[in-house]
Amino acid sequence: MVAVSAPVTRRLPSRSYITGAVLLAWIALWVFLNGRDTLPLGGAQLTPLHTRFGEGADVIDANRDSNPVFLYFVNYIRLFIDATVTSVQALISRPSFGRPVPLAGWLGVTGVATAIAYLYGNRKVAVLTAAGFVSFGLLGLWEESMDTLALTLTAVALSLAVGIPLGVWAGLSDRFNRIVTPVLDFMQTMPTFVYLAPLTLFFLIGPASATAATMIYAIPPAIRLTAHGIRQTPPATLEAAEALGVTGGQALRKVRLPLAKQTIVVGINQTIMAALSMATIAALIDAPGLGKTVLKALQTLDVGTAFNAGLAIVIMAIVLDRVTSAASRRVEIAHRTGRSGRRRLRRVETAVTAVVAVVLVYLSYTYVWAAEFPAGADVGSYVRRGADAASGWAQETLVAYTNGLKNAITYALLNPFEALLAHSPWWLVAVVAVALALLLAGVRASITAAVGCVLLVALGLWHDSMVTLATTLVATLLVMVLGVVLGVWMGRSDRVDRILRPVLDAGQTMPAFVYLVPILGLFGATRFTAIIAAVVFAAPVSVKLVAEGIRGVPHTAVEAATAGGASTWQLISKVQLPMARAGITLAASQGLIYVLSMVVVGGLVGAGALGYDVVAGFSQYQLRGKGLAAGLAIVVLGIVLDRIMRAAAARAGGSSATR
Amino acid sequence: MTVPTVAREERPAPATDGDRPTVLDVRGLWKVFGQRAGRVVGTSLATLDRAELKRTTGCVAAVRDVSFSVRRGEVFVVMGLSGSGKSTLVRCLNRLIEPTAGQVLLDGEDVLGYAGKRLRELRRHRFGMVFQHFGLLPHRRVLDNVAFGLEIRGVKKADRMARAQEVLELVGLAGFEGSYPDQLSGGMQQRVGLARALAVDPEVLFFDEPFSALDPLIRREMQNEVIRLHHEVGKTMIFITHDLSEALKLGDRILIMRDGALVQMGTPDEVVGAPADDYVRDFVSDVPRSDVLTLRWIMRDATPDDPLDGPELGADTVIRDAVRTVLSAQRPVKVVRDGDLLGVVTAVEVLEVIAGAGGQS
Repeated sequence: MVAVSAPVTRRLPSRSYITGAVLLAWIALWVFLNGRDTLPLGGAQLTPLHTRFGEGADVIDANRDSNPVFLYFVNYIRLFIDATVTSVQALISRPSFGRPVPLAGWLGVTGVATAIAYLYGNRKVAVLTAAGFVSFGLLGLWEESMDTLALTLTAVALSLAVGIPLGVWAGLSDRFNRIVTPVLDFMQTMPTFVYLAPLTLFFLIGPASATAATMIYAIPPAIRLTAHGIRQTPPATLEAAEALGVTGGQALRKVRLPLAKQTIVVGINQTIMAALSMATIAALIDAPGLGKTVLKALQTLDVGTAFNAGLAIVIMAIVLDRVTSAASRRVEIAHRTGRSGRRRLRRVETAVTAVVAVVLVYLSYTYVWAAEFPAGADVGSYVRRGADAASGWAQETLVAYTNGLKNAITYALLNPFEALLAHSPWWLVAVVAVALALLLAGVRASITAAVGCVLLVALGLWHDSMVTLATTLVATLLVMVLGVVLGVWMGRSDRVDRILRPVLDAGQTMPAFVYLVPILGLFGATRFTAIIAAVVFAAPVSVKLVAEGIRGVPHTAVEAATAGGASTWQLISKVQLPMARAGITLAASQGLIYVLSMVVVGGLVGAGALGYDVVAGFSQYQLRGKGLAAGLAIVVLGIVLDRIMRAAAARAGGSSATR
Repeated sequence: MTVPTVAREERPAPATDGDRPTVLDVRGLWKVFGQRAGRVVGTSLATLDRAELKRTTGCVAAVRDVSFSVRRGEVFVVMGLSGSGKSTLVRCLNRLIEPTAGQVLLDGEDVLGYAGKRLRELRRHRFGMVFQHFGLLPHRRVLDNVAFGLEIRGVKKADRMARAQEVLELVGLAGFEGSYPDQLSGGMQQRVGLARALAVDPEVLFFDEPFSALDPLIRREMQNEVIRLHHEVGKTMIFITHDLSEALKLGDRILIMRDGALVQMGTPDEVVGAPADDYVRDFVSDVPRSDVLTLRWIMRDATPDDPLDGPELGADTVIRDAVRTVLSAQRPVKVVRDGDLLGVVTAVEVLEVIAGAGGQS
């Protein structure tokens, strides 16, 4: 033991000394070279590459109706998805078939949703569903809500139709699993925002692009959890079935799938939540629904309207989450209604519920009062005014605190980071990045870093990338402070865990967009707002991972240290934190990815830099090339940071394992 | 641990050689795990011991050249410590693991040549298996679990339910049809596993350490259950265990394995009375010999001095069951088989065995 650990402990400080030396040298050089070779690019300035990108996009636009790939493949997909979304819209949200209202009005939709919640979940979530759907009407956002729902449901249906078979395949075949895993990793690490613009090139602005983007974001959990469930089949059960002579199909149908059912339903839940989140963000490419309302309000800094629509999104998220969670619990119980009497009762119950739902649909088809939500009951305007007033009050009254916080973080963290990253010569930053990657994560990561730096320069967005990186790093730092403090607390106390976990779960199920609204109300439109939104978005993941790491520390080690007379602080700093290092590094890398995707969304509320470039690319024709390049730059940043973090995490995990 | 007498009394008398046909004939069976495992068998590599083989080729020989045959209606026990290859051996028989070389003849036909549909048919109709960890389907009721084998065979629902019900009663689980596996104790779950194997009415039943996961009391109860079932349905059983007392209690014949190879094969009293090597001797040293050995093992030839008007006992009588008769008889007890006098036993021989009950004689 001693012989093994000695060289490790001797090597670690030396590596951290070198790391410190690199940072000090950077600061020293910055003093002299400050402001040179920073490669800035003004908001409307373009590089030749950007122009080329713009022209490339034009070429695609021009050939959309002549190129065979589009003519026979992409366009059909687009038409199919558009038609699907439109027909769901015709059903629940838009006037259709010559009628002034959709086929099913608010009463019918609410009835069907409630019936589904009741049959697949339980009475409680049925009541929640009914209340939630009625509240969409009360908030004055019925049509927008139904548009979002239509888009979400279409994307979910398509995601599941593709994802579950692929998941089964990945569950059965190791080879396919090895192929598909990195692809899913990539899909999940890519900031959601980034693939919107390229998708519009293929599917045009509108429902098809929005659905495709939503699917990219929502499919991974469906595939992953299905594969996981299939893989989890106990080998003993499978072997027993095999000894009885099952065929491959029988093993899948009668053993694997039934045993995986609950995990698959959890996957469906995650897919739905991801789809809802993305369906709102897809407002950036003109997807109809609540997201569009929020987006417009954000752009005009209309906190009241944004809050009202944000509230509807939150309600929809809660309803969808609770119903699918209840359904996954029900999967277990559903089998157990064993007695035939109970089964008959269940059949009667199903029939009655269905009949009631059908009657409600018929009413809403026939009568105006059941089709259009009564305009008199308008709670929305109160909410809007209330939120405006609250925001105004908060900004005025809390200004001392919010400004204090804002200034403290801006001056103590954000400005130094930004100065160092964005105002150093680009080659200095690149050298430092490569050196740090080499020291912390190894040769391969340093190569990734080098390639990444070169790409950022080539994309012509070095300066903007560094500004975004600074914001990202500051936000990640804050996330990790929160993550370690709350995570350790949570990992050490079951009571804290019980209290915090539901809050974190709720935080994770909220669509990303929603965070911006209250924070915008509190801090106004600055880059700081984007940072706080990112912290709120990313903290739950990190807190949970740290807590898991702390919990994973072997009980015996803690017991031994306690028996040796360690104080609580010694226990945390000398036993639990070092032993949970792999978990903490993972928390940092996950937090970073979440932060990055949110910082970009922060471009909407004044974060500037790459986020702004992307948003501007959506809205201004001449900047579309630059927007595409900015999207690529974000991907490059994400990949480089992810790789370095992962390699560092593997190294931390590896070295803690050898000890 | 003593071997309960119930077992001896209920177990059908061991068959003598040849009066029952061979069901399963295993010849030169090998299972080598590792890259290009096929190159090991039939070459000089095959003579290396396990560690040596692992070092030179990276392969692990789990089963090495094992041959034996099982007769119809017999309980054949394969015994060995963990890692001896016994579980691999039994899985080679129904091809849950593909053997590297050898033959497995079922009624004279080599099942190693079977593939696809034929292999499935074999497993569906002729082999049954009971597993250590039960392998029940948690999402199905007990009755549906038992009927599972028939279901995949395509038996109609009403028929398979009736059969499952019948078998459940046989294993003493009537009344638990509607329960789910996790609502049952370990012992009851294994009864379900047993019922599932019996439901398809197989010719040969494999037991892979079925009672190792159960606590001792339940284990004994289940052992007696197997003995009773064997009595009632008379199936050929191949029983894997690491527990010597279980092997002695259940087995008509016992095959002892070590490092994948066969060490000794014989009836319980042969294994205890004449261990093939030090390994087996060490193994059986704790067994109370009087519980296992029969009179045949301690009788001496009658001398002209011996009065031959004492009581008669069969040569296959276990010593313990003979103690009372021998000690209360004033004269040597005659040991006979089929009316022929084989030898005599007196209190001296009996007491010697009991005094040496610790084992080493």
